[in-house]
Amino acid sequence: MEILVCVKRVPDTSENEITVNKDGTDIEREDLVYSVNEWDNYAVEEAIRLRDKVGGSVTVVSLGPEDAEEVVRREMAMGADKGIHLMDAAFEASDGYGIATALKAEILKGSYDLVLTGAQADDGAGQVGGMLAAMLQWPFAALVNKVEVADDGTLKVGREIAGGNQEFSEIRLPCVLSIQTGINEPRYVGIRGIRKVASVEIPVHGAADLGLSLEAVGAAAARVKRLDYFLPELGEGAEILEGTEEEIIDKLIELLKSKGGIK
Amino acid sequence: MKMVLISPAKASFFGIPARLLWWIIPLAGTGIFFYFLYRRSIPLRKASADPRTDRLLTRAGAALRYALAQYRQPRYPFAGLLHILLFAGFVILSARSVNLVFLGIVEGFTLPGLSGPLGTVYAGIKDMAATVVLVTCLIAMVRRGLFKPKRYEVPPRYGKSHTAEAMGVLLMISTLMLADAFFEGSQAAFQVQNNMEARVLLPFSLKAMAAALLGQSPPSALQTVHWLSYLIHEVVFFFFLCFLPLGKHFHVVTSFFNVFFMKLDKGTVKPVRWDVSREALDDLESFGVKKLEDFTWKHMLDFYSCADCGRCSDNCPAHAAGRPLSPRFISIKCRDALFERYPLFGTGAGEEKALVGDVLEADELWSCTTCGACEEECPLLIEYIDKIVDLRRALVDEGRVPLSLQKPLGALEKRGNPYGKMERKRAQWAQDLEYVRVLGKKGSADTLYFVDSITSYDDRIQEIARAAARVLQGAGVDFGILGPAERDSGHEVRRFGEEMLFLELKDKNTEAILRSGAKRIVTADPHTFNALRHDYEGIPEVAHLSQVLDEKIAAGALRLKGVHDPKAVYTYHDPCYLGRHNGIYDAPRRVLDAIPGLNRVEMERAKDRSFCCGGGGLMLFYEPVEETRMGKIRVEMARKAGATVIVTACPFCMVNIEDAIKTSGLEGKMQAVDLVELVCRQMDPEPMPRKGPPAGIHAKDAHGK
Amino acid sequence: MAQIFAYILHQNGVMDDTAVELLAAGAALEPDASVTALVVGSNPDVEQVSREAARSFDTVWKVAGEALAYPNAEVIRPLLARLLPKGSILLMPHEHFSMDLAPGLSVLLEAAYLPDAVAFEERQGQTLKAVREEFNGMVSTHVACDLSSGAVITLRPGAFALDQEQGKNGQVVDKTEQALQGGIPEPLRRFLELVEAEAGDVDISKSEVLVSVGRGIEDQENLEIIHELAEAMGADVSCSRPIVDAKWMEKSRQVGTSGKTVKPKVYLALGISGSFQHLGGIKGAPFMVAVNKNPKAPIFQVADVGVVADILDFVPQLTEKIEETAK
Repeated sequence: MEILVCVKRVPDTSENEITVNKDGTDIEREDLVYSVNEWDNYAVEEAIRLRDKVGGSVTVVSLGPEDAEEVVRREMAMGADKGIHLMDAAFEASDGYGIATALKAEILKGSYDLVLTGAQADDGAGQVGGMLAAMLQWPFAALVNKVEVADDGTLKVGREIAGGNQEFSEIRLPCVLSIQTGINEPRYVGIRGIRKVASVEIPVHGAADLGLSLEAVGAAAARVKRLDYFLPELGEGAEILEGTEEEIIDKLIELLKSKGGIK
Repeated sequence: MKMVLISPAKASFFGIPARLLWWIIPLAGTGIFFYFLYRRSIPLRKASADPRTDRLLTRAGAALRYALAQYRQPRYPFAGLLHILLFAGFVILSARSVNLVFLGIVEGFTLPGLSGPLGTVYAGIKDMAATVVLVTCLIAMVRRGLFKPKRYEVPPRYGKSHTAEAMGVLLMISTLMLADAFFEGSQAAFQVQNNMEARVLLPFSLKAMAAALLGQSPPSALQTVHWLSYLIHEVVFFFFLCFLPLGKHFHVVTSFFNVFFMKLDKGTVKPVRWDVSREALDDLESFGVKKLEDFTWKHMLDFYSCADCGRCSDNCPAHAAGRPLSPRFISIKCRDALFERYPLFGTGAGEEKALVGDVLEADELWSCTTCGACEEECPLLIEYIDKIVDLRRALVDEGRVPLSLQKPLGALEKRGNPYGKMERKRAQWAQDLEYVRVLGKKGSADTLYFVDSITSYDDRIQEIARAAARVLQGAGVDFGILGPAERDSGHEVRRFGEEMLFLELKDKNTEAILRSGAKRIVTADPHTFNALRHDYEGIPEVAHLSQVLDEKIAAGALRLKGVHDPKAVYTYHDPCYLGRHNGIYDAPRRVLDAIPGLNRVEMERAKDRSFCCGGGGLMLFYEPVEETRMGKIRVEMARKAGATVIVTACPFCMVNIEDAIKTSGLEGKMQAVDLVELVCRQMDPEPMPRKGPPAGIHAKDAHGK
Repeated sequence: MAQIFAYILHQNGVMDDTAVELLAAGAALEPDASVTALVVGSNPDVEQVSREAARSFDTVWKVAGEALAYPNAEVIRPLLARLLPKGSILLMPHEHFSMDLAPGLSVLLEAAYLPDAVAFEERQGQTLKAVREEFNGMVSTHVACDLSSGAVITLRPGAFALDQEQGKNGQVVDKTEQALQGGIPEPLRRFLELVEAEAGDVDISKSEVLVSVGRGIEDQENLEIIHELAEAMGADVSCSRPIVDAKWMEKSRQVGTSGKTVKPKVYLALGISGSFQHLGGIKGAPFMVAVNKNPKAPIFQVADVGVVADILDFVPQLTEKIEETAK
């Protein structure tokens, strides 16, 4: 099975607060470290496991500036066979549609049976996989947490839906799946693994290589544009509720309701 | 009339001289034995390199101490006594056994030097020894068969009970003792019957009892007993010899060498490969121990040498907490795997077993806190930590790292601390302590306080850092910190098998340490202390704060006032990496005892038998399968000792023990305090106030903001 | 102005609460707009839900068919693409079904896709200025969405909550024929079965509201009051490590660096002091309420709202009051 996994390089924000720069055009990136989007990492692991089971190859693709190569390499250290880096000034400020457009062009250059994406990214909203499938006119399943290969050109996939329930479907190949965390236990990539693939050539494809016009991607094609960043209002420390017990409870219930804490 | 029984050398059966048999049995026996040794040596010759021929004098001393003098045996008084008796008997009687073997070939043979009066003395000694050995064997059999000490149990997942093997061997030894007794006893009885003086017949010796037993037997029966007991001795002796390389009694052969080639450098971790330089590590195809042959020859010898005594597991805190680790079975399982792959006859099973998966389990390996209790206890100096680290290296190389550890490892790679906190916040704990200077570009100091990750970032543990700074300041030490330039010492990173990441951290720290210009390093974290002391090279001398405190108190630079809670009962918990791995047991105790009025008790398990609190560094992130927590067991030990305050000298001990106090429901009844915190509290005059007007270079200025 | 549609989620013939949020969002988008509800499914559910929707919406479009009994996005997507007029704006709650359906639908409709909006700030002509969150809610962004060729917009559930009067008497229009146009082709993704989570097997990492209990509960028997509160709130119960260590709750319920990482919207920390290890397991900046008898408990440093009280007294009263107000 020829599998393509779309990965994204994102700032690792789990342990540190994020601040916004002075004019609100971006978050403060100086002190941030980056890694592969967590969901994408699960997708790559799943692809490697599928390949090891049924044969074929795993290709990792990432669209982004120069640094995106780092995550492609990391996923290759994990066990992906090939890497592709989509980079072009024309891709800058693309919205989800623009990114899907570029990925579609890359996919059509190859012959893939299965395309995986992460269910979402820390700085995204889980849109590229679904758009890509629609553009390719391939079936799609979002939030997949189980994949089994059947021998009749279909996959049995489990999707995670509300309440911890799982929905099983049969999906025909080729298809696009967005992978949810927890589907597997991704393997560890150590420094040694990364060094091993340090000198592997990763082809860079630009808009022209993909046969895309400059209007099809980037800011020109974006219908959803990020205007600025700002920090949600945060108080300092807890606001300690005062008053009689009854007053406190009333106030608390009101607060919980307004925050969706009482269903 | 013949005055002696016909010796075995003169015997003949059905016209065939028995001497033929006395030639065949020893030749066949020794032949098979040496063939077995040869077969057992095959994997050792395929194993990884392990240079162990340095410091020969030290090694000879160790062999004398641990092998000949059985130094560690009395740590288990009763079992130790039994073993010492058996071993002494073995040493004494081996000469006799060899003599007996030759007696069948050369009539009246005596070993050189044992023919004169010395021989008479020896005969007396060996008769006593044989008697003692038999009694010891009987006691051992009763102990093993009836009282069944718990540490010999074999849990179902590790296979069948080993009692049969142990009993078989005891039986063989007993048989040897009895055979010799009857061999000589029959002769003596015959001589007594003929009114001759028998050779030295110690009362109550086995020989005397055999002679008495046979006293009324007719000469023909005595002759039969004489020959038969010789035959039995001969057969059992050589059977036993050939049996040795088949199981745990191989230690009889290997233990001397195992001790001689022991690991001499405590606290260290072996390099990935002894024969591959650091620069060449990147070119290695594979890392760590993935198959049996990846072990070093010495580690294989360890497996051969394991006597299955169970003392390692008996002291293993992971085992006590119900984690899936029993060091004893690491040895036994690997030994059995070696035996299977390299059998005594023919070729081993074609299909190679996965070392981690089929023989060992990954959880077993991640469960180890590297506390070193097993190695401290092993009478034969078998190593566990290096093997476990090597096996973990292989798991890391294959990406088989539990998710709970991947996150902190990733953070260590990117941010130099397992929490993923920003580098520039590393010195934030010191922002109210204006005298804490960041060394490097802006200045130097005599002493560098290496803080390390948990003490830099954990809210609770930062208290230790602040106490350390105040105490150092109070004792007049000219010190500073590395601030944002400091990285995790990598102590646990290395011991969890991520060698390349460790080397990166080490390089960065080494550079920063040298740039600081400090002449001495102190740290309050024994893990850091151990890393800097044993894993780093070319940096200034490292001391643990407990040593510095001890020094300063002795020199009068630090004065302590009367204990503020005279009713409290203190006990000192030895951190593994301060005590066992570095031998620092007394300095922290002296510091405690320097506090006037402090009431201190010892726990049952103290000093080199200290019980690990649960492990530090990455172990805090690992989620083991366990029945209880080590910390809880430790707190219970403190409670039993009557303590109300557990003093430790390690940040991880603090985390684990404080947690355990809470989960044991002892909050309010028991406290944990770090030695440095306690000294800070007891300082006279009181240390510098926490807050003060900023002056000089401030930790929070470190980032140039 | 473009026609605004609200996709109504429903289950067992009952309209999902998010429906009225869509109505609110529609109003925020275009104050005088008439929002049309879309009810897709099989009868009798569609009949029932359409009637319910008609009490809130002026117009309800219903599409019913046996093949639509289970909401399979692969079936519904082409059907909506056929049904919705060019340039329409479709509103949906942002959840597992819309994540499956919406991105592809926007492509088929050649419309903009604005996912997971938490607020609409202003509208200037065909440009909508909306608020989204990134990095687990640590940062918000303003985005401009071009509505000129229509849009599919998914909304953060709860973000547009509004008390909605249900007094309307909307018109239900059957659009089945127009949507199906000669039947539903066999989809490339076929629904097989639904496996329900085992009882007691709650995945707290996915819970939106967590009632989390710590050592302040003192005794295993007292856990009952926590479960009662959680039930009243419709929340899941989690805990801190000591509770698991005491074997009072399953390990799967533990929040913390050695337990699960949770990303709830609301986190109620009861009798939890707030250790570093515990807080390490809470992501996504939830609205955090801490109840602790120790006013110096570190949890108050990170909580949004604090109550200094003994949870053993406080929690039962809170539960009672919540149950009362629910009636």
